[in-house]
Amino acid sequence: MSKIESINEFVIKFANVNGSGSASANQMFAKGVFRSGIPVSPKNIFPSNIQGLPTWFEVRVSEKGYLGRKDGIDIFVAMNPQSYYQDLQELNSGGYFIYDSSWERKFDREDVNVLGIPLVKLCLEFPNLKQRLLFKNLVYVGALSFMLGIDKEIYIKLIEEQFKGKEKLIAPNIRALEIGFEYAKENLEDACDIRVKKSNKTDGLILTSGNDAAGLGSVYGGATVCAWYPITPSTSMAESFTKYCEDLRIDPETGKNNFAIIQAEDELAAVGMAIGANWNGARAFTATSGPGISLMGEFIGLAYFSEVPLVIFNIQRGGPSTGMPTRTQQSDILACAFASHGDTKHVLLFPSDPKECFDFAVEAFDLADQLQTPVFFMSDLDLGMNDWSTPEFEWDDSRIINRGKVLNYEDLENMDTEYGRYNDVDGDGIPYRTYPGTHPSKGAYFNRGTSHDAFARYTEDGKIHAEVLLRLSKKYQTASKILPGPKFNQDKNTSSMGVIYFGSTDVSMQEALDSMTEEGIAIDAMRIRSFPFNLEVWEFIEDHDLLFIVEQNRDGQMRTLIMAEGGIIPDKLVSILCFDGQPITADFISTKIISHLSGKPEAALIGGTS
Amino acid sequence: MTYIVKPKNHHPNLERNELGLTRRDYEGAISTLCAGCGHDSISAAIIDACFQLSIPSYQVAKLSGIGCSSKAPAYFLNQSHGFNSVHGRMPSIATGANVANHELLYLGVSGDGDSASIGIGQFIHAARRQPNMIYIVENNGTYGLTKGQFSATNDLESKSKYGEDNLFPAIDLCGMAIQLGASFVARGFSGDKDQLVPLLKAAINHKGFCLLDIISPCVTFNNHNTSTKSYDHIREHNESVSRPDFVPLGKEITAEYSEGENIDVALHDGSILSLEKLSDDYNPLDKKSALENLIKSEKEGKVTTGLLYIDPNAKDLKETINMTDKPLNKLEDGDLCPGNKYISSLNDKLR
Ligand SMILES: Cc1ncc(C[n+]2csc(CCOP(=O)(O)OP(=O)(O)O)c2C)c(N)n1
Ligand code: SF4
Ligand SMILES: [Mg+2]
Repeated sequence: MSKIESINEFVIKFANVNGSGSASANQMFAKGVFRSGIPVSPKNIFPSNIQGLPTWFEVRVSEKGYLGRKDGIDIFVAMNPQSYYQDLQELNSGGYFIYDSSWERKFDREDVNVLGIPLVKLCLEFPNLKQRLLFKNLVYVGALSFMLGIDKEIYIKLIEEQFKGKEKLIAPNIRALEIGFEYAKENLEDACDIRVKKSNKTDGLILTSGNDAAGLGSVYGGATVCAWYPITPSTSMAESFTKYCEDLRIDPETGKNNFAIIQAEDELAAVGMAIGANWNGARAFTATSGPGISLMGEFIGLAYFSEVPLVIFNIQRGGPSTGMPTRTQQSDILACAFASHGDTKHVLLFPSDPKECFDFAVEAFDLADQLQTPVFFMSDLDLGMNDWSTPEFEWDDSRIINRGKVLNYEDLENMDTEYGRYNDVDGDGIPYRTYPGTHPSKGAYFNRGTSHDAFARYTEDGKIHAEVLLRLSKKYQTASKILPGPKFNQDKNTSSMGVIYFGSTDVSMQEALDSMTEEGIAIDAMRIRSFPFNLEVWEFIEDHDLLFIVEQNRDGQMRTLIMAEGGIIPDKLVSILCFDGQPITADFISTKIISHLSGKPEAALIGGTS
Repeated sequence: MTYIVKPKNHHPNLERNELGLTRRDYEGAISTLCAGCGHDSISAAIIDACFQLSIPSYQVAKLSGIGCSSKAPAYFLNQSHGFNSVHGRMPSIATGANVANHELLYLGVSGDGDSASIGIGQFIHAARRQPNMIYIVENNGTYGLTKGQFSATNDLESKSKYGEDNLFPAIDLCGMAIQLGASFVARGFSGDKDQLVPLLKAAINHKGFCLLDIISPCVTFNNHNTSTKSYDHIREHNESVSRPDFVPLGKEITAEYSEGENIDVALHDGSILSLEKLSDDYNPLDKKSALENLIKSEKEGKVTTGLLYIDPNAKDLKETINMTDKPLNKLEDGDLCPGNKYISSLNDKLR
């Protein structure tokens, strides 16, 4: 029988039952590979359920650094009989199917290698059932450690780190690991031809999730108020902020909090609190996902029109409606760009990896203050909840918080003209604000969502209303000049074709670009990082005759934005769309592009799965 | 322009407070509400209370939702920042503003539509979270601004101006607030300034969530003779539980009461709220009796006014979530940003 051979390039997938304690063992497996110096991208594929339903954990191991999802599994650790059949189908020919042979089974695929390990039987030495079920997860980690050649000491160290403070648990966990290791050594010596060989490709990398990074970034960005309502996949972002605040923001002398975190009664209240706090000069944010964005609509318009800074972390999931709460998509682009009634347009940021989640979280608070408007941080479930091998965080201690145009007591005291909250003094569309309580007789104003003049006074004068709307457009132009610009794959454009993409698609895109280069297809690439689009975005579009736009939604929402904002003719922009809730793959992208270039009808480009 | 600036020519003999300010310094823009609207009398009472307590206006934040009532903050305290938000959502704005800077005085103004219908969720959660604020409901039993539809505080037996029956029972915001944990709950009447001003003054000095449900007749849509929120009806059925007198810190109680007839409540800053009992079973320090009295008077068709419930020692939101004493909006870079040192140690942990 054929056996897949590979060193440091493979995909391993674990099938478990939700709530069986497998998650931390699987995580540990991935971290062991990472510590061996090979980049990994673990992905949790979980149901919207707490206990009992099937759940998967997929780890792509790639020394080349290709960390996007890849179809076809090389090793399956199948721990859930419920999903055996389905799991077996996903395995590549010559792949390895590891299952718990305490209950022997026959599997009807001849072209794969079935490897039984009697996990539960091996765990009989542990006193109770609960422990046996839990430790069986470590037994397979131990077996994998032997079979793939991952240094066992790495796992022992990981166990010690994980159970620091709960020392009693260290010995039995190590024991479980050893049981698996020894079993594989005796019974599965040459069973597997996939190997992990130590490398140095993780130098300068860390393993963390976008939500964790964004929570940390919010601390570094000076946020003090978080108001939120639980919703997958954004919950862990608020939790991350909470964790870092508890570590870093409790006053050592008084034991009191230099922050306020409020779990609101719903998303309306959450965003209202964030707006109230920002209006009052404390940096505040909310974290949510699609359904929350829909609820926040009215308040977002208020913040836009009355020019209150606001940061909204939107960790996108599969819509519409409740959709697929535990799957990924980039399908709120238009809903966020134009959130709320009336003429509104909002600033969007598109981070592509956890490092950028950190950087953009910090940046989002400066931008919201500088522009005095809502800023949407557009992450997604894949980027937010999964650990990524990402460049390590960096911080420049000379960086200071940029609070934008805020007048303090002295500024007001020295002012000889009348203060007007919405006076465009500098001609960039951005007026000056004051915090309540600044000066006894100057600087007060009435923040309102009703139409107002330059002095924040109520007006029904249509001319004044139109002027305010035009000024907000001007502010929007200013925004496009200070937002993070696009990233290009090339120093200079060399092709008449280009590809545009954004957010978490980046990892798969890099791989797709390499494979297309190998096939002799030259294509320039641009990653959009913000909206409103900067000049460089338009130049790139101008410079190419044909552009592919890769998105993880059905309707080509980014394409719509580009067409609407730039008056670009639709024929020039070809959509490549993945919207089945799975992270987009490199194969999907390159196959679609190549099939388009080979003259296949455009309709072929639209589809959920590859 | 539809904004009218009030001429400011002070009479030299106007009374001045401890800040040297006159009552006029506490006014706002000229009201655009209907002549005789109860809401304007409430604005006047707010002006009086702040003037008498020598509150520096710029240390007050005025917050509101949407409605005729929610417009009112434009008509008092010109030197205060104001935030006229969206319909029913003032409580969340107030809560956020409150945690950003707990040092200001937060005056929330809402209507019965704003609070008892669209915003009831936020009302409930503000009452249970207890941000340190005064939450005024200018309660007229109707949607003034949208021209007279029934509101959820309109009594069952109270017909509309056009003779329509009201089909659903009224929500009693005071009873709800007491149950939810609000620590200061009072009902007032816009037409009874003598009661309203001391209640407002006590609320200003109380730490925690203060609900002032103020019956405030809508002369245009709900002041007819089949309405239970009309001036006439309230005057006839108003039963005050106590006569409040607010005594600022360091001042002596001057009013004379016979023993057993008054209750003195020390507020957290040492000032005193002295309540002359007008009913035997009145005990505003006891939740149960406060609720029982409300139910009893409702049955008797009376409108109970006065301070209904107070817990002078309740924890406010700031204490509950253990916030630092320095306002969050005054924290500086050094307090906020942990710097590069932490980042490098974290990077090591994440490998
Ligand atoms: C989301 C939303 N729905 C409806 C309205 C229309 N609206 C404005 S004020 C109001 C009712 C106000 O009633 P109340 O709060 O009792 O204030 P009053 O005018 O009686 O003082 C309504 C329904 C609105 N502004 N926003
Ligand atoms: S409609 Fe009623 S509530 Fe509105 S201003 Fe007139 S009297 Fe007051
Ligand atoms: Mg009303």
